[in-house]
Amino acid sequence: MSEKLNSKIPEGPLSEKWTRHKSQIRVVSPANKRKLDVIVVGTGLGGASAAAALGELGYNVKVFCISDSPRRAHSIAAQGGINAAKNYPNDNDSVYRLFYDTIKGGDYRSREGNVYRLAEVSNPIIDLCVAQGVPFAREYGGLLDNRSFGGSQVSRTFYARGQTGQQLLLGAYAALNRQIHLGKVESFTRREMLDLVLIDGEAKGIIVRNLITGEIERYGAHAVVIATGGYGNVFFLSTNAMNSNGSSVWQCFKKGAFFSNPSFAQIHPTCIPVHGEQQSKLTLMSESLRNDGRIWVPKKKEDVEKLREKKIKASQIPEEDRDYYLERRYPAFGNLVPRDVASRAAKERCDAGFGVNETGLAVYLDFKYSIERLGKKVIEERYGNLFQMYEKITDVNPYNEPMMIYPAIHYTMGGLWVDYNLQTTIPGLFSIGEANFSDHGGNRLGASALMQGLADGYYILPYTIGDFLAGKIQAKKTDTSHPAFDEAENAIKAKIDKLFAIKGKEPVDHFHKKLGHIMWDYVGMARNEEGLKKAIAGIKKLREDFWKNVYVPGEKSELNQEVEKAIRVADFLELGELMAMDALDRRESCGGHFREEMQTEEGETLRDDNNFMYVSCWEHQGIEKDPVLHKEHLNYEFVKIATRNYKD
Amino acid sequence: MDFKLKVWRQKSAKEKGSFHTYEVKDISPDTSFLEMLDIMNDQLIRAGADPVAVNKGCQSDQPVAFDHDCREGICGMCSLYINGRAHGPDDDITTCQLHMRKFKDGETITIEPWRSAGMPVIKDLIVERNALDKILQAGGYVSVNTGGVPDANTIPVPRDDAEESMDAASCVGCGACIATCKNGSAMLFVSARVSSLALLPQGKIEAARRVKEMVAKMDELGFGACTNTRACEIECPKSISISHIARMNREFLLAKLKD
Repeated sequence: MSEKLNSKIPEGPLSEKWTRHKSQIRVVSPANKRKLDVIVVGTGLGGASAAAALGELGYNVKVFCISDSPRRAHSIAAQGGINAAKNYPNDNDSVYRLFYDTIKGGDYRSREGNVYRLAEVSNPIIDLCVAQGVPFAREYGGLLDNRSFGGSQVSRTFYARGQTGQQLLLGAYAALNRQIHLGKVESFTRREMLDLVLIDGEAKGIIVRNLITGEIERYGAHAVVIATGGYGNVFFLSTNAMNSNGSSVWQCFKKGAFFSNPSFAQIHPTCIPVHGEQQSKLTLMSESLRNDGRIWVPKKKEDVEKLREKKIKASQIPEEDRDYYLERRYPAFGNLVPRDVASRAAKERCDAGFGVNETGLAVYLDFKYSIERLGKKVIEERYGNLFQMYEKITDVNPYNEPMMIYPAIHYTMGGLWVDYNLQTTIPGLFSIGEANFSDHGGNRLGASALMQGLADGYYILPYTIGDFLAGKIQAKKTDTSHPAFDEAENAIKAKIDKLFAIKGKEPVDHFHKKLGHIMWDYVGMARNEEGLKKAIAGIKKLREDFWKNVYVPGEKSELNQEVEKAIRVADFLELGELMAMDALDRRESCGGHFREEMQTEEGETLRDDNNFMYVSCWEHQGIEKDPVLHKEHLNYEFVKIATRNYKD
Repeated sequence: MDFKLKVWRQKSAKEKGSFHTYEVKDISPDTSFLEMLDIMNDQLIRAGADPVAVNKGCQSDQPVAFDHDCREGICGMCSLYINGRAHGPDDDITTCQLHMRKFKDGETITIEPWRSAGMPVIKDLIVERNALDKILQAGGYVSVNTGGVPDANTIPVPRDDAEESMDAASCVGCGACIATCKNGSAMLFVSARVSSLALLPQGKIEAARRVKEMVAKMDELGFGACTNTRACEIECPKSISISHIARMNREFLLAKLKD
């Protein structure tokens, strides 16, 4: 194990670790905070909350986002809700139960200490958001309402219609706006981070491209926080926003930060199916719909044929001819099994020939029973905006006919390796939210991404970064004329010049789509050794082709969306290979990582705890050289490791 | 389906713009409007990459720049005036949720950027919307710090108030209301935030200060006045009601009376 991999998990009982740690780490006095600069890259739930909280504490913060406003970050698209262990519904929830569900949902591939802390700070997040004026759903008595999400048997999810991410982000963005107004945070919009700058081995700044002018700019600080989200867009088609990318984490990796569990990508079971080759992205239908929707396919092949030929409608198929396969296979959790389980079950039925649309890649999500039981009005109140969104996209009214859904890439559990302080292997470089690997193991539970982003940003990083910055109170401001900045800036400029100079024949999207096909076919929902080797060879070839045949039109010194994409796809063409290598190394199935060679007779994941009870940590070795794998072994002191069981 | 596209081209904020016409063919009715623009851009890029075609006099324009991100109607990044309507010829959606089935085969579609003094064009169909951030920075928040807040359920909120607050809070900050208003007024946008917070007990404490500062900033940035034409409400992709403007006016008046 690399000596850099010290997870710094505090000793002692689970419930005391975080309290003990907080009392032992250093703090910075208010007078000294004013002298210290922090860069935060990204303004989703993690970045916006961290920048706001650090500004409140008195640090000088610079925050960067690629859109025209911090409010556009893709956290805004999270629909269903945010988990917290408040136990308001009196259904026997607790911090321990939230912790346990998260560890189990992640298929025992996350750290106990981190996950317990996440569950612990989940409650103050709700308090803060309410104080900020987030309009959560309420009961008639005026108190907060909850609903259920996958992988849990209690109702612990707080929500604001189907727009919870939006409302939480607007809360964090408002807190950020307040700090901007007070002068503690400086906001830089339409800027994309293209490199990390190290001085004497420590993170001291970033190089960004001004997306309006095309100028390359440099910014220095005493610490850098990466909050740029996940890299799901490596698949081209995903539920991620079009501009979401993996470039900032990838540049950190290339500067020496370890990348953990890159192959752990979450496939979300309920997305609107692909309609054709011209499609640019996939739209998620919230997991909350599984509270009231029942998933099924026909039992009889002849019904499937008729549906595909549009001779009958789903609503005409009688009850006895419907296969509610989740309820059949997993009686205890039914339609609310975790995402990876629900996704594979949909694939299994479609592979067996029961897919209900022309492409054979769709299953039904049906609200008929809920509408009968609760009335249309209640369903409309709960999911109105989602139903409207579905109808606008598909031209089908889901109040009358069931929705058609299919799994799609949604979230990446992998990311930059961080210790308990959320610091990467590079001193002074921190990573929070989806950009790090820390809390979700092999599979993230629904409504836990919002929880993690805000936990990291509001309640964890503001404490732990102090421990690092306390050692910097004598340090001068970072001088951006340092040769390290010149070197990084020149490298970026050379890379951009090279992209323009190729003058090939194919647009950037051509390569991105090809990469997406390779990733989905071989590094997607089901993986095997042969396929992964094919993927690695295929990506290498595609990468060579890209650097010979891509065409980037226009100029570098202007707003140029093609060069933005080209830089991102160049990075995806490297990152995708690492994902395949990691998936090849992990010869077990766990969570969303399903190796076909390793499954039970019933087709469930088969873990190998003796050999793979570790977090993979990849270290960059140089361009076109294979990275080195380090392992952080996971010790389960408190939870009894078991096979995940959602049947009884 | 085939379409003729009349698209506004403008190289930068300083240069003059004009309409250019492009054609796209064999578009599926299930294609989204932005996917149709992707296809148009793909054609333009390929034409530019092909020297033979360029020599033959084919179009060699640069791809058209347009803002977009989530493509599911929530980030507020996409804009566009399509055939004279903000977010195009469908109700209650953003441009990214518009599909080609809403157009007729062979139709000529006119595509323009938002046109409003408060939101100048940066390039082609992309406009500058920083003014919206600035208005919110002036006071669109509850002044609480992280930590030291009471338990969430110690602040009960009547359900109807929470729902109405949520109606206002669903604003995506796209700017359609401003682009649609003949006065270039930002009243619907500003009132959505003012009203959302004014409806909640958490927001009442500094309601007076908030409304005064946000309105002052809006005026300072040169946005026009409201003359109740309701055009904003009709084009708002989230159907935000102008009743929020009425509430803001009430809040503003009360705040001024206390001065």
